[in-house]
Amino acid sequence: MRREPPQTIGDYAPLLFPAAMLTIFFVVPFGTMIAVSFFQRQQGGFYTPAFVYDNYARFLSAFFGGVLGFSLMMAIAVAICCIVLALPFTYMLTRMARNVQVVWLVALLSVLSLSEVIIGFAWSTLFSRTAGITNILVALGLMGEAKALTPSFAAVLTGMVYQAFPYTVLVLFPALVRLDPTLTEAARTLGASPLKAFFTVVVPALRNTIVATLIMVFIFALGSYLLPQLLGRPQHWTLSVLITDQAIYQSNMPFAAAMAVFLVLVTLGLVALTVIAGRKGEAA
Amino acid sequence: MTSIFRKFYFFLIALFLALPLIVVAGVSINEKQTLAFPPQGFSTSWYGEIFLNPEWRNALMASITLAVLSAALAVAIALPLAWFLWRRVAPWANIFQLLGVAPFTLPPVITALGLLTFWATAGFYGQPWTAVVSHAIFFVTLPLVTLSLGFTSIDRSLVEAASTMGADERTVFRTVVLPLILPYIVSGYAFAFVLSLNEYIVAYMTVGFTMETLPIKIFNALRYGYTPTMASVTILFVTTAAVIFGLVARFGDLPKLLGAMSSDGK
Repeated sequence: MRREPPQTIGDYAPLLFPAAMLTIFFVVPFGTMIAVSFFQRQQGGFYTPAFVYDNYARFLSAFFGGVLGFSLMMAIAVAICCIVLALPFTYMLTRMARNVQVVWLVALLSVLSLSEVIIGFAWSTLFSRTAGITNILVALGLMGEAKALTPSFAAVLTGMVYQAFPYTVLVLFPALVRLDPTLTEAARTLGASPLKAFFTVVVPALRNTIVATLIMVFIFALGSYLLPQLLGRPQHWTLSVLITDQAIYQSNMPFAAAMAVFLVLVTLGLVALTVIAGRKGEAA
Repeated sequence: MTSIFRKFYFFLIALFLALPLIVVAGVSINEKQTLAFPPQGFSTSWYGEIFLNPEWRNALMASITLAVLSAALAVAIALPLAWFLWRRVAPWANIFQLLGVAPFTLPPVITALGLLTFWATAGFYGQPWTAVVSHAIFFVTLPLVTLSLGFTSIDRSLVEAASTMGADERTVFRTVVLPLILPYIVSGYAFAFVLSLNEYIVAYMTVGFTMETLPIKIFNALRYGYTPTMASVTILFVTTAAVIFGLVARFGDLPKLLGAMSSDGK
């Protein structure tokens, strides 16, 4: 049975349910959100249909600029840390025996599926004064007394890297599996050390993959909405946290919606960049 | 030399991934309600608490019900779509594939906020079933990607043979396509199930004020201080995820599933 264009109206029937569900519960809510972003906010958490730019005008404040700048900086830091850690790891993983790979993949998936609530709780425990790693350092005699390491910027960064690391490995995995092993073999035969072969052959061959992965991890990190709250101080809040906060606690839906629309635009712009980076990779 | 370096590096990564969980596991067996590590005393009562304390039990039941139903709905949306895209030449229908992948690619807070404004406008805000639909849409990407991969791996000549022997569309689907695609349905369901179990923001924004799923319950409890039950729930969740993914790996081809997941799914 070959693929063929639909002959009759009846042939479209299977598409009906998925198309309806995705349109009603994804496209329409998306539209609703965009509409709400132009609505007028009323006292007490309500909003009325209108067409005002007030919610977008608030972006021009110094506070919002600060949050945006911090969010982007944070996401870049997370993406770079993840790539630096994950690239050699994934490269070595793809060269291991299949059953070892499977065990690691199961572990990575398990960590990746963990709720942000759970990751936040686990790291706040690890960074706490009473049950944290500082107790181990004290036991080893490296520190005078145990202390809390959270809330701090380093704690937020660690938590977010923990959350994004498995994602980074899984994004890199397919590209590294397909990497031609003869490339490194050739380099080794010609006398390069494994480390030199990695940096002079593997990394340049994967340049486009690395750029695309950086952008994807960046987007992933932009989405983190709880870790900055659980592990950081209010000045460590990112755009995602601010959106949640405005929508739920400040009951300012129009402003939250406007920020969400803005975040979509940033994300889409980055996805477009990923696609362009991918195209270049094919052309090269 | 390189082998030592590799072992050391892998050990460090394993430590990084496992350390928070080891500490949480230690905390979960504390005898008293203290946040202490190494644990003081030994008790498994905090694991019993998940099932005995009505609040935690209700949250657990809510989470499981939500995950079972929303993963099923996600598969029900993904299966006909993936089948149609495989069976027919209809380039414009790819737009639905894109719509299916979008909620997962965008930062989750966006999908959550969109659904919140939608349910509020439609007047269903806070109804438990809205969380099922919301999660199904949010996680439809996972079965969609595994199923698309599954369909491309079907040898079309098998289907052709059945068709030549006189089987109609329905019979071909039931006797040839379905058995071949079944492992992919199961893994797609498993991925959606585990992620729905752990999902916080979409559930919170849609039904957070009327219903408590486990992640919502943990977060609410965190704001009022600490209880070791959070630790035992965490360990329960990690174990569940590891068991389910372990089963997927045991009965399916995990490297292959993941190899395509990122290339089609982004």
